[in-house]
Amino acid sequence: MNNADIAWMLTSTALVLLMTPALGFFYGGLVRSKNALNTIMMSVVSLGFVGVTWALAGYSLAFADGNAIVGGLSHLGLSGVGLQEEGTIPRVLFMAFQGTFAIITAALVSGAVVERMRFGAYATFLVLWVLFIYAPVTHWVWGGGFLGELGALDFAGGTVVHVNAGAAALVAAAVVGARKDYGRQAILPHNVPFTLLGAALLWFGWFGFNAGSALAANDIAALAFVNTMLAPAGTLVVWTLLDLQRSGKITAVGVATAIVVGLVAVTPAAGFVSPMWALALGAIAAVPSYFALVFRARTRLDDSLDVVAAHGVGGMTGALLTGVFAQQSWNNTADGLLYGNPMQLGIQAVGVLAVLVYSMVGTFVILKAISLVATLRVDAREEGMGLDVTAHGEEAYAGGEGAILIARDHAATPAVIGVPVRSEGGQA
Amino acid sequence: MKMVVAVIRPEKLNDVLEALFRAEVRGLTISRVQGHGGETEHVENYRGTTVKMALSEKVRIEVGVSNHFVQPTVDALLNAARTGEVGDGKIFVLPVEKVYRIRTSEQDQDAVTPVAAVAR
Repeated sequence: MNNADIAWMLTSTALVLLMTPALGFFYGGLVRSKNALNTIMMSVVSLGFVGVTWALAGYSLAFADGNAIVGGLSHLGLSGVGLQEEGTIPRVLFMAFQGTFAIITAALVSGAVVERMRFGAYATFLVLWVLFIYAPVTHWVWGGGFLGELGALDFAGGTVVHVNAGAAALVAAAVVGARKDYGRQAILPHNVPFTLLGAALLWFGWFGFNAGSALAANDIAALAFVNTMLAPAGTLVVWTLLDLQRSGKITAVGVATAIVVGLVAVTPAAGFVSPMWALALGAIAAVPSYFALVFRARTRLDDSLDVVAAHGVGGMTGALLTGVFAQQSWNNTADGLLYGNPMQLGIQAVGVLAVLVYSMVGTFVILKAISLVATLRVDAREEGMGLDVTAHGEEAYAGGEGAILIARDHAATPAVIGVPVRSEGGQA
Repeated sequence: MKMVVAVIRPEKLNDVLEALFRAEVRGLTISRVQGHGGETEHVENYRGTTVKMALSEKVRIEVGVSNHFVQPTVDALLNAARTGEVGDGKIFVLPVEKVYRIRTSEQDQDAVTPVAAVAR
């Protein structure tokens, strides 16, 4: 055990946990105001549903001793997950750190189905997806499975997290179907400051995601940390230039997207490439994602918040470029194409392809299975009214006019018009 | 001249604007309002407080039109704003005493005739 490592991993775990509500705000700002709560909730409930799933079974399927495809059942219900050493930190802390990854990865997929998916069906999807897709894929790369054995480099989850979520998003958007207004009328972001705030908090949390993936407070953590700062900076600059060239203006939504794309792209590379190559990687990664995003908007695929372009394409770019820029003199693990090891690029491609195919097929099967017993999407009337009121019985921006109090502990008069809706201030 | 005032569902606004545009109605004003028209009230919960929302979000459209434009305007509104459920809204047609176009001081019929239609 190493106390410095434990301190850093405690911090990192909290940082990564913050990324999920941050993602909620990033996504929440991009939808219409009538769906703001529903969209943020899609991220926030992952903290609970996936958190529970991870502790009960997900961790075991990912990290218990098993075969090349999936982990065993020896850690079911956290059995055998105690204070014993896992590397240089207690295993229970390693479990929690990995749990925060499962939580955000599942929540990422929600961006493809916002504004029309039924909440119950979505929560069911979260649980099944983590058990049958996320946990095995994590095992492939980090839990002793075949991709790790093959030598695939994925520092913090470019393939496990981002290609995986992007592939699932592509299928989810297609299976759930487009929003009824998609392509018929303009659907505009209702709160761009939320989106920028979310992107900023994601960046902050991502230091824990990437530098924490060193699993120690060491030199590699420092490298991953610095690369996590530099790569999105490169992406942001190139993205603004692309924006400028295309529309003559630098957009705020564009900058927020660029930050996320840069973070996604550097995730697999963070502890494997030099800082200057990280900067280049971030800059290069802007291009495919930018054009994937512009192209997607012209198709019938309503991947509403562009999870495929940002996470799928960004993750693929990062995973492949890791195989190009990796440098043994920095990482003590492997060289990439530029440093005389062209094989690495091939291995990276195999990793991306395996995850892509498995995640797409698996997500399709899960969604079809859910649709056999429940409806995946809300009806047109509910979609028109917005999911905040119809799914949650709350409004993001309730004015309170016309709210009639119908149940209250000390109700004297049953109907009082104009009583404020918010209950802060003592009623609750 | 008449003033056509319609109160409609917010989610129908785009359809209505498109229908008015097709009917060649060019000048209009909209505002976001809240109202009550007999539709089912939905219930919201905030911690221990349960409330019935007696007012629904609506959009009010006001269109000042010359007499022969009244029927096309009303037809466009009726067709585009209808869902068949209670709560689709109302259309009121009101007499207008006087209209001025501020830019030119034109009055009445001239003031509500779209500029594009006036040969200059």
